[in-house]
Amino acid sequence: MGKSSEKEPLFSAKNLKLITEPLDSKNPITVLVLGICSALAVTAKLKPAIVMAISVTVVTAFSNLIISMMRKSIPTRIRIIVQLVVIATLVILVDLILKAYVPDVSKQLSVFVGLIITNCIIMGRLEAFALGNRPWPSFLDGIGNGLGYGLILIIVAFFRELLGSGTLLGYQVIPADFFVKNGGFYENNGLMILPPMALITLGIIIWIQRSRNKKLLEE
Amino acid sequence: MENLINIFIRSIFVDNMVFAYFLGMCSYLAVSKTVKTSTGLGIAVIFVMGITVPVNFLLNKYVLLPGALSWLDPSFATLDLSFLSFIMFIAVIASMVQLVEMIVEKYSPSLYSSLGIFLPLIAVNCAILGGSLFMQEREYSTLGEATTFGLGSGIGWFLAIISIAAIREKLKYSDIPRPLRGLGIAFILTGLMGIAFMTFMGIKL
Repeated sequence: MGKSSEKEPLFSAKNLKLITEPLDSKNPITVLVLGICSALAVTAKLKPAIVMAISVTVVTAFSNLIISMMRKSIPTRIRIIVQLVVIATLVILVDLILKAYVPDVSKQLSVFVGLIITNCIIMGRLEAFALGNRPWPSFLDGIGNGLGYGLILIIVAFFRELLGSGTLLGYQVIPADFFVKNGGFYENNGLMILPPMALITLGIIIWIQRSRNKKLLEE
Repeated sequence: MENLINIFIRSIFVDNMVFAYFLGMCSYLAVSKTVKTSTGLGIAVIFVMGITVPVNFLLNKYVLLPGALSWLDPSFATLDLSFLSFIMFIAVIASMVQLVEMIVEKYSPSLYSSLGIFLPLIAVNCAILGGSLFMQEREYSTLGEATTFGLGSGIGWFLAIISIAAIREKLKYSDIPRPLRGLGIAFILTGLMGIAFMTFMGIKL
């Protein structure tokens, strides 16, 4: 890290790009199709989605950092196992911390915290970036991709919780008087809570993103 | 026996790995362009799941659970190693995948070359680790139940990838809005198929 900070400032334009690009044009979920597995199952409510986004960002950033520091001493043949061990250790740490400080959210996330290990974003970034770059840019790349993942998670969860339960982070947003059971006109869309709607919401996000950014169009 | 059939049907249709839990979506979306490669990958997943879930079940029962090591020595009765389960499960899965890769390479080189990068990626297919973690969370009591669950989940995944691949082959001839082509429509289709699979909910044998 010492060398890179002599040559260029820590937050040079190039390094900042590592954080901003994954938010839009190189988004891990909507463009690179990585890490969808866990992205959708935890988005029925906003709170677990935020916890999940933070956990993934932490694991991606630190596994990128560690692997990048070890990149010259890892034999290519066994790199997958080494990567899995590093990731699994970090995920165990995250899991234990969540169990200790937010036990209710940890229960809602159930197996999906463990599944961060097999989240393709982390493996993908290790293979594509951390193995060939210095620790500091790798760390930033990890944070950027974690945030890009979190952004999509939070957008999906926002709409699913708002339309499905009429709440945000557990607070009632749509006034209780509007509901049919209280003599109003509004009914929650129960379908939004169910798993398939996460996929359809994501499909629509991709549609909007691609119609704005023509470079991402597929044949 | 009735119990086993119940677990089997549930894991294929009701608790389908793809439609109910979104597990293994990465390879599900990436490999589902033709039916032929999806069949190969689907069979590999059934095979790997059918092996890893029972192996991890034994590991969980005799090594990891609180007091599980007491068969070795009574003084281990209070030992709880369950925090190690992620790392143990992933190690079993990674080595099994390596084994499957060697077998496929030897007996079916054409399948090996068409699966390409996705065979090693089964190691990080969430459905496989998910199967082992669900097995642990649902506390199946016998080896038979765990094996049935593993095979059933594998078959459920196979079914899902075959059907989306068949639909995507037909989709080439449809007139879809350009920004929706490819990934977007695949997501929406999976969502619709998930709604269809929800009709199986509540089925009990």
